[in-house]
Order: sequence, then structure tokens, then C-alpha cells
Amino acid sequence: MNALAARRRHPAAIAILLFLGLVLVGTAYSLLAPKSAQASAPSADDVATGRQLFLANCATCHGLNAQGTQSGPTLVGVGAASVDFQVGTGRMPLPGPGVQAQRQNEIKFSEEEIAAMASYVASLAPGPAIPTEEQLNTEGANAALGGEIFRVNCAMCHNFAGAGGALTRGKYAPTLKGVEDKDIYEAMLTGPQSMPVFNDQNITPENKKNVLAFVNGIYERPEQGGMALGNLGPVSEGMFIWIFGLGIMVAIAVWLGSKAA
Amino acid sequence: MKTAGGIAGWLDDRTGGAGFVSFLLKKVFPDHWTFMLGEIAMYSLIICLLTGVFLTFWFVPSAGQIVYDGSYLPLQGITMSEAYRSTLDISFDVRGGLLIRQIHHWAALLFVAAITVHMIRVFFTGAFRKPREINWVIGTILSLLALLEGFVGYSLPDDLLSGTGIRAMEGFLRSIPVIGSYVIYLVFDGPFPGEAIIPRMYSVHVLLIPAILVALFTAHIVLVFVHKHTQFPGPGRTNTNVVGYPFMPVYIAKAGGFFFLVFGVTALISALVTINPIWAYGPYDPSPITAGSQPDWYMGFADGALRLLPGFLEFEALGRTWSFNVFLGSILLLPVIFTVQGIYPFLEKWVTGDNREHHLLDRPRNAPVRSGIGAMAVSFYLILFFAAGNDIIAIKLHLSINDITNFLRLSIFVVPPLAFWITKRICLSLQRHDRDKVLHGRESGTIIRTADGRFFEKHEPLDAYERWPLVQQEVPEPLVLGSQTDANGVAAKHARSERIRARLSHFYFKDRVAPVTPAELAAAHAHGEHEAISPPPETSISVEGPPETQGLASPTSEREVVKRAPEKDL
Amino acid sequence: MSDEETPHGGGTMVEDDGAASRLPARRGDAGHDVAVPERFENPGLPPHVHRLSDSNEVASKRAERQVAMLFGLSMLATVAFLVAYFAIDYTIDVFVPGIGSTNLLHLVLGVTMAVSLLGIGFGVVHWAKVIMPDEEIVEERHLQRSSDASRKKAADLILGGGEMAQLGRRPLLKYSLGGALGLFALPFVVQVAGSLGNPTEVSELAETLWDIPKNPDGSPGAPIRLARDPELTPIKASDITIGSVFHVMPETLKDSKHVLEDKAKAAVILMRLDPSQFADDERGRKTQEWGYQGIIAYSKICTHVGCAVGLYEQQTHHLLCPCHQSTFDATRDMDVIFGPAKRPLPQLKITVDAAGYLVATQGFTEPVGPSFWERNEFVNE
Repeated sequence: MNALAARRRHPAAIAILLFLGLVLVGTAYSLLAPKSAQASAPSADDVATGRQLFLANCATCHGLNAQGTQSGPTLVGVGAASVDFQVGTGRMPLPGPGVQAQRQNEIKFSEEEIAAMASYVASLAPGPAIPTEEQLNTEGANAALGGEIFRVNCAMCHNFAGAGGALTRGKYAPTLKGVEDKDIYEAMLTGPQSMPVFNDQNITPENKKNVLAFVNGIYERPEQGGMALGNLGPVSEGMFIWIFGLGIMVAIAVWLGSKAA
Repeated sequence: MKTAGGIAGWLDDRTGGAGFVSFLLKKVFPDHWTFMLGEIAMYSLIICLLTGVFLTFWFVPSAGQIVYDGSYLPLQGITMSEAYRSTLDISFDVRGGLLIRQIHHWAALLFVAAITVHMIRVFFTGAFRKPREINWVIGTILSLLALLEGFVGYSLPDDLLSGTGIRAMEGFLRSIPVIGSYVIYLVFDGPFPGEAIIPRMYSVHVLLIPAILVALFTAHIVLVFVHKHTQFPGPGRTNTNVVGYPFMPVYIAKAGGFFFLVFGVTALISALVTINPIWAYGPYDPSPITAGSQPDWYMGFADGALRLLPGFLEFEALGRTWSFNVFLGSILLLPVIFTVQGIYPFLEKWVTGDNREHHLLDRPRNAPVRSGIGAMAVSFYLILFFAAGNDIIAIKLHLSINDITNFLRLSIFVVPPLAFWITKRICLSLQRHDRDKVLHGRESGTIIRTADGRFFEKHEPLDAYERWPLVQQEVPEPLVLGSQTDANGVAAKHARSERIRARLSHFYFKDRVAPVTPAELAAAHAHGEHEAISPPPETSISVEGPPETQGLASPTSEREVVKRAPEKDL
Repeated sequence: MSDEETPHGGGTMVEDDGAASRLPARRGDAGHDVAVPERFENPGLPPHVHRLSDSNEVASKRAERQVAMLFGLSMLATVAFLVAYFAIDYTIDVFVPGIGSTNLLHLVLGVTMAVSLLGIGFGVVHWAKVIMPDEEIVEERHLQRSSDASRKKAADLILGGGEMAQLGRRPLLKYSLGGALGLFALPFVVQVAGSLGNPTEVSELAETLWDIPKNPDGSPGAPIRLARDPELTPIKASDITIGSVFHVMPETLKDSKHVLEDKAKAAVILMRLDPSQFADDERGRKTQEWGYQGIIAYSKICTHVGCAVGLYEQQTHHLLCPCHQSTFDATRDMDVIFGPAKRPLPQLKITVDAAGYLVATQGFTEPVGPSFWERNEFVNE
């Protein structure tokens, strides 16, 4: 018999076979599985494209005319900024039922597709627009004032350093770490889900820049005293001292009291 | 050496202190790592005192409002109190200032943690018994003072987080019936926040409480020297001796070295891990607030109590508002807990009727009810403690704070009794396991196969030194009530308290596992004599029983020792 | 009953550790005829086990070198600390894996201090463990109590002193001393306690900056405009979209002489709801009535212990306090639906002025913030 057949009873044989089977099935699936509806190519008419995408991905919950249903609120008047935020951070389409839509790492749509859907929703009624480069330019911004505004308006949910905080019934305000300026701006502007709306009459565009400068500063500044332990406050500090502080001291005490070799 | 002798002579000429020095230096201290826990606390206190002195040179205890102009840019131009500004300066503009500040705060956290584990050790080993009840009470007061000192200390920088805590304190004081609203005006010298609270807290933190702490812990240590340290039971250790190493030179070296180790570890942690980043919290203002508002860990149990106490405990009666939802969890909680803690030695003494001196520690398993009570107290504390972190737990474990709160509200009633029962049962089982070990030896892991195919594990008998700690314990019996009435039928004085006492004593000692006696050991050896040496003979259906029953003593003798205490006249 | 102390006189302790043999029982056991004690006896100190360094000269020399090296390391670290203190610029940051970017001076000072201390600590303890003697020593204990003779001596001295002072013979002395001593501390206590603060201004607890001061001629003053916190710019009703939250202070805070004290009672949170979202009951209707077209203003000071209740959940219309999780329902006059608070947050009645700015025409009608004993006296003032 040949070399392969001679090894057919090798313990690894079954593992290799399983692996090959998985690879085969996985590849077949990704080749043959139905893809989500996509435009074959971005057409000149963004709103129309957007509408198509909307009907395919969003209408089930938001209604055929985006007027809202039991499962999802109306999108009339939410503006391009909302779409850019929700779809751009992967929160929408909602992967499944839960207390809130969570940021996802995998974004289902390309930038053009998101822009198309945003144009469509913006066409329904006037609403907050996607922030421009100028609105996001934090050069010369006053981070100290931004900090004051942040502490009055944002820290109670997102925590003093933007580390996130709990809301009722399992909802939460997420961490701001790693969140792009554009997303923060849009969130303030549109008030996604539990977050209130901070329109431009509440926090002016200039102050929004200040807030962005402050938030960026949190993550760009050095940790003055060492590890920040997640910036969660006394809870993590207490945990640290019990586990490491007391732990090390007890280990030393055990060594101290034990007999030498 | 000559100069040292010269100086010593000079001093002795003027104090006659040679005798005292000898008294100190010849003291013997037993060696066990659990005896070092109190030292961690003591050294942490000293570290706090030392670093605290440095901090007082730069900290400005004033609530006066100024505009910040230091080197921390994110707060440039912000109005804040002098206290906050001076803390920022310590952190950013004084060389090594942040290091000293962090050592101070980390040492404070470690101080209270060490006090807690030390107290738990003392409790579970019964080291609070006569003559050390005074030291237990002093220790209780020290632990309460440590909590207050820490609370006031971290509130001094007047940052958003600790300021919110002071705001909550004002709410606690308000809830005091009758005098609450007067008390807040007294404490704050006017409406909240006022300008008096920072300097007053400073005075309390730097002068009042440290003075009492130092005085009390000196008394605490002096008493340890006078009483001599307790020791765990072991061969050669009796209730009338101390076995260990002399203060000079061994313990001076070990304890002194340990001070440097505690300090060094604290310094290392302070170099590498940020604590209390007040610059990130911002100055205190009654309007903003941060998510995750908690006090430092050691006040967590009180914060947790406030989160768990339901709102219906506040009610209006007689035209007045009775805020027991706040009052119980804040003003009343600490005095009640610390009073219960402080009187425990006296309660146990009353229940057991034991008036002798105890210098040998109890192995916790040998005091099942006391250990159960301790477990109950610890679990009660832990539930309150975790409640304070319910929002952090919620975001980290993706749970609902409402569910966590309700779960803990239920647990506070269910878990402590359960913890008591489980701990007591575990202690009794461990005692039985000890009995087993003495009677039948240690499992050696060597399996012996007999010629007729049976397997049994060889047990190594314990030598006298190994055996002693397992058999030395005293197992008291419940007190028995004397006659309740005299010859004429008149009820005896204190009849009712005697009845309660007898019931409590029964509760403490009804389940007992007596230690193995030499007679029982001899009997066990007679039964299983051949077990450890050679396989049993082929025809092993003997009176003594086949090898596999060697692990069990004969049924009658085993049952006999775990029984209700016979009523004996004392 | 065994309640009395067992020892009588002398300085020795009564043995009660199970070591004493009691009635020896005779027990026939496999032919032996031995007196078996009722309890085991303490076997005494176990034989001493020598350490390597006790017997082995090389090992002890090595231990000496190790201790000396640790001390040497400590000295080096101390020098490094001193050099770093003067040499390193306190504004330099350095990247450390695991920590991120941190302050260089802080890190170096801390680590060198730590090594300097740990070097001494480990060195001294290692010395104690390996070089210093580890033969166990036994120290005998004495009974803690003093001998009866000592006690009698002390008692005699005290009582004798009392007799010499003629306390017994002259009760007037005793009682008047008691009176004087009992009272003497009062001036001290009263002075301190009395000066702590003036406790009689309890009615202030019910006053906030929203209370409209009367004009000198007795007519009511102008309504106070609601202003953004911290900019203190007035807010137009049209600025507020549904789902917005504004943090509000009275415009008059600008002129306040006691900013923090006023803020601590005047902090207000403003939200706008769609009118259809208010509950269809008495509470819901009252909420709307005191608001303006769905814009409602409530005290931000929690009625539990006074934290700022800032977490407004736009979709559920619940207001959450981060301190102890009291939850208030904005559609029903901030009714408490969870948590330890008992009372709903007080509402501030608002409307708009001629220019469209939101104003409060009256202050709160009950004290804001945590409850206190006499609270009821000030409700609906």
C-alpha cells in the first residue's frame, strides 16, 4: 500500500480529515452563499441607490417609507448624520434584539453605500448633516473649556475620562476610546438611542470642537502617574491593592516566615 | 562598639533604662506569616505619616476660588479652589510630588486592607480572648478611625469625585432625625459647600485623627509586648510559653526589614500605577458628576448599603420626615457594625463561661460556630461592598444594574445564614478529617495490591510532632442551666439571662467533634495493625474486618464521639 | 460553675492545655498493660533541623555575599534617585510597554526609591533567615494578673490616699469637687461647638436662587431666565429639540457672591419631550402644565443624598442618578421608579418671556435636594 494509506490509522489522521472538511465547507459557503443585496456599481443618483439599499436592509424595521414601525423609529428628519453614525459604526443594521445597538467592528457597507443611504434619508426631511472637515478641525480649540462642557454634559454617562458608564436595565454609555472625531460629533448632534440630542444651540459648533479637543487629549496625554487601570476610579484601584498590593505583601510575609534551606 | 556603649551608658545614667531595654530585646516572637498582617498595617500608617508631612508643605487647605495657571493645560483658565490647585501643583509642578502623593494614597488603601485581613485573622483564631480583649477593642477603634481618616483625606483635594462624596455626606447628616438640619449648618458653617469644610477636614485629617491613631496603635503594640504574642498550637508550644525567635536580633531584622519591603513595594506600585487622578476628575462643582461615582474601597460597604436600601424606608409621620433609607445606611451603619465587632469577645466569653487566659490560638476549624459567625459577617460585608460597584460590574459583565441591585438585595438576607451554615459544616468535616488522619495516618499515595487482587492505599502514621496539633484542642461542652428556682420556688436572680446564655451556649457547642484520645488511637492500631506493614493473610475474614474497612473506625466508636453533649453538672 | 478565675496566688499559670494526664485508665490492648493517658501529651519541641548555611561554610559565605549585594544595590539605587532628581526634566514623557506614555521623572524616582528600599528589606530579611540563628527559643509566660500582694498594695495606696485626703470624712469636699469637675469642660465645649456654625438658619434649606426676590416697593421681581451651565447664556425655547437635555442655572448666578452654594441648590436639568409621551394621568398632566410645550425643568439635585442627577435616557425618558441608581420617570413628574430615593425631584415651573427665552416665574415650591426632618414645614410655600 502507499505511504498515505499506511498512515490511515495514525492518531492525527482524524484531526487532519476534520480540518480539511471544515476548510472545504467554509470555502464552499463563502463562494456560494447568497450575498446581501448590493448595487452592482455606485450610480450617479445617490438618493435612488440609497433608497434601494434602504429597502433591502432597513425597511423591515423602519418601514417602507422610513416612517417607522413597531420595531424601529421613524427616520424622517434624523438627517444624514444619523445614518453616517449608525451605519458607519456598525450599530445598524441591528444584528439582533438587545437592550441597545452596539458598535461593531465589521461594517457591512462601503463608504459609498453609507453615503448613498445617508443622502436618501436626508432627502426625506431636513436633519443634521454630516460634519464637514472644518467642523472637525480642532486646531486652536480650547480643551480646557471643552473639558468643562464635557464634565457638565457628558461625564455623568461616559465617565470623567470617557471610559463609559452604566445606564438602566443593562444599557450603557460606551467608551470613547478609539472613537473617531466624526462619530463623536455625529453622536452629539443626533442623540443616538438613549443619548440625548446636543444640537448646535445646546453645544455650539465651536464648543463641539472644544469637546473633541478635550476627548482627544485624554487619550493623547501621557498617564502622569503610571498605569491608569482603565480610568474607572476607586473601584479598580481597590481591586488592584487587594490583588497585587496585599498579594505581594502576603507572598513576602510567607517567604519571611518560612525556614531557610 | 565602644562609642555605642558610651552613649548607652550616658543614657542609662540618666534614665535607668537598661532593664527596660533588656525586657524589650529578649522578647520572643513566634513565626507565622499571618502574624505579619498587622505589621503591614502599622508600616502603611508610618508611610502615610511620613509622606503626609511632605504633602502638608505644599497642600493649601483653602476653598478660596482662584483661576488655574499651572502647567496642566487641560485645566488652564478654569476656576477652582486653592486646595485643588495646590494638589495639581504637587502632581505636576513639584519634583517627585506626584510620587509622594501616590505613595500616600496607595499606602492608605493598603493600610485599611491590611487592618481588615489582620482583624479577620485575629477573629478566626480567637486571639481576642482574655487577656487581649482590650487590644481587640483598641483595634476596632483603630479600624473605624482608619476609615474616617481615609475618607477625609481623599476629600481634601476638592475634586469632582470626592466632592460628590462630601455632598453625599451632607445628605447623610441631613437624615439624622430632629437635629440633622442643625448638624449640617454646624459642620459646614453655613450652607453647602461653604468655605469651612476643607480646612476643617484638613485639621481632622492632619491633627486630630493621626494623634488618636498614633496613641492607640502605640498602646496596641505595647500590649502585644506585655501580653507576648499568641502562637499557633504545635509541638513544644503550650499556653504558658512562647516559642519563637528573640526580638534581638532576629525580629528586629525581620520586622525592620519588612518595613522596608512594605515601603518599597508601595513605592514601586506608586511609580507604576496611577491612583486618584484628580486632574482628570476636574474641580468640584455641584452641577457635573461622573459615571462610576464611588468612594475609596473601604467606604464601599456603606455606599453599597445606600444603594440597596429601598426608598420606602423614608416616610412622613407626625409632620416630620424620617429618612431611614439614608440614616440606616450611613449614620447608623458604622456605629452599629463597629459596636457589634467590639463587643464580640465579651459576648463569646459570656456564652462560653471561659475565664481563663488563652495564649494558644484556635485553629479555625476547631471553633466552628465562631468561624461560621465570622463567615457570616464577611459575606454580609462583601455583599454590601459589591453593591457599591454595581454600575462598574454592569458595564464590565454586560449586566443590568437593576438586576444586580435586586439580586444583592435578596442575597443580603439569604447568603449570610447560608455562609454560616456552610462554614460550620466545613469546619466540622475538617475536624473529622483530622480525626481520620490521626487514627489512620496520612494517605501516602502508595497503592498496595494484595495477592488476592485487592487494592488499598498505604497510610503513613503520623509521628507525635505531626499528630499533636490535630489532637490538642479543647472542645467545650454547652453550659448547663443551674436550678431556675430556689427551694421556695422563688425565681433565681438573672434567671432569664441565664436561660439565654444556656441557649446560646448550646448553639455554640451542640455539634462537637472530640479530638482523638490515646485510647482510641490504640484501638485503631489494634484493628489495622497489619495494614501498614504487610498484606493481610489469605483468610482475612477476621473479626477485625477486611482491609478496606480500615479507613473506617468501628461504627460504634465513630458515632459515639459525634453526639449531643451529655448533661453534666459543672 | 467554673466562672471564677482558677489561679490563686503565685505567679504560675494553671496548666489547662490538655497536656496534663488525668486519671490513667487501665486498658488491655493486645496484651499490653500500660497506663494510657486520657489525652495526648505535648511531645515537646521537635528536633532542630539545620540550615545549609549552619553547617556549610561555602553556603554561609554565599549568603553573606548575597546580603551584601542587596545592600549594594540599594545604595546604587539611592544614588540613581539623587541623580535623577536633579538631572531629569520634569516635563519629559517616556513610553513604557504595559503603561503607555508616562512621566519619566516620576517613573525613575519611584523605581529607584523602590529598589533602594527593597534592597535593604530583602537584604536584612535574608540575613535574618539564613545567617542569624534560627534555633527556637522558649520564653515562659507569667500570669497576666498581678499577684494578690501587689493588688493589695495598690488598693491600699489608693484607699489610703483617699483617707489622707479625708474624702470619706468630708463629703462636702467630695461633692463640690464632683460638681466643679463635672462642669469645668462646658465652657470649652460650648465655645467650640457654638462657633462651629450657626445652626439656626434651617429655612435657608428651602431657599434657592430661583426664588424671585421682591422689588423694593414690594412688587414681585422679574422672572429669572434659564441659562446654560457653564456659559450662562439664556436659552430660547426654539433652541430645544425633542430629545435634548440642557444643564441649566439661573441667569442671576452671574452676580452671585456665593457661586458654589447657589449652584448646589439651583442646578436644574431641562428636557424636551413630545407632548404625547407624557403619562395620561394626574402626574403626567401636572408635568406638562408646569412645562412649556413639552419642555420641562426639574431640580438636578437628587432627593436621596444630593448627587447631580444627570443621566437622561432619551428614549425611556428616565433620569438616572449615578451615585446610588435612583431612577426618575420624566413622563410622570419624576416619580421614583427604582433605587433608594423616596421623593420625586421638584419641578421648576417655566414659561417663555416676550423674546422667546425660557423663564421661571416662581421658585421651587418645596425644598430641593435630600430630605431633612422639618422638610414639611417648607413644602408649598
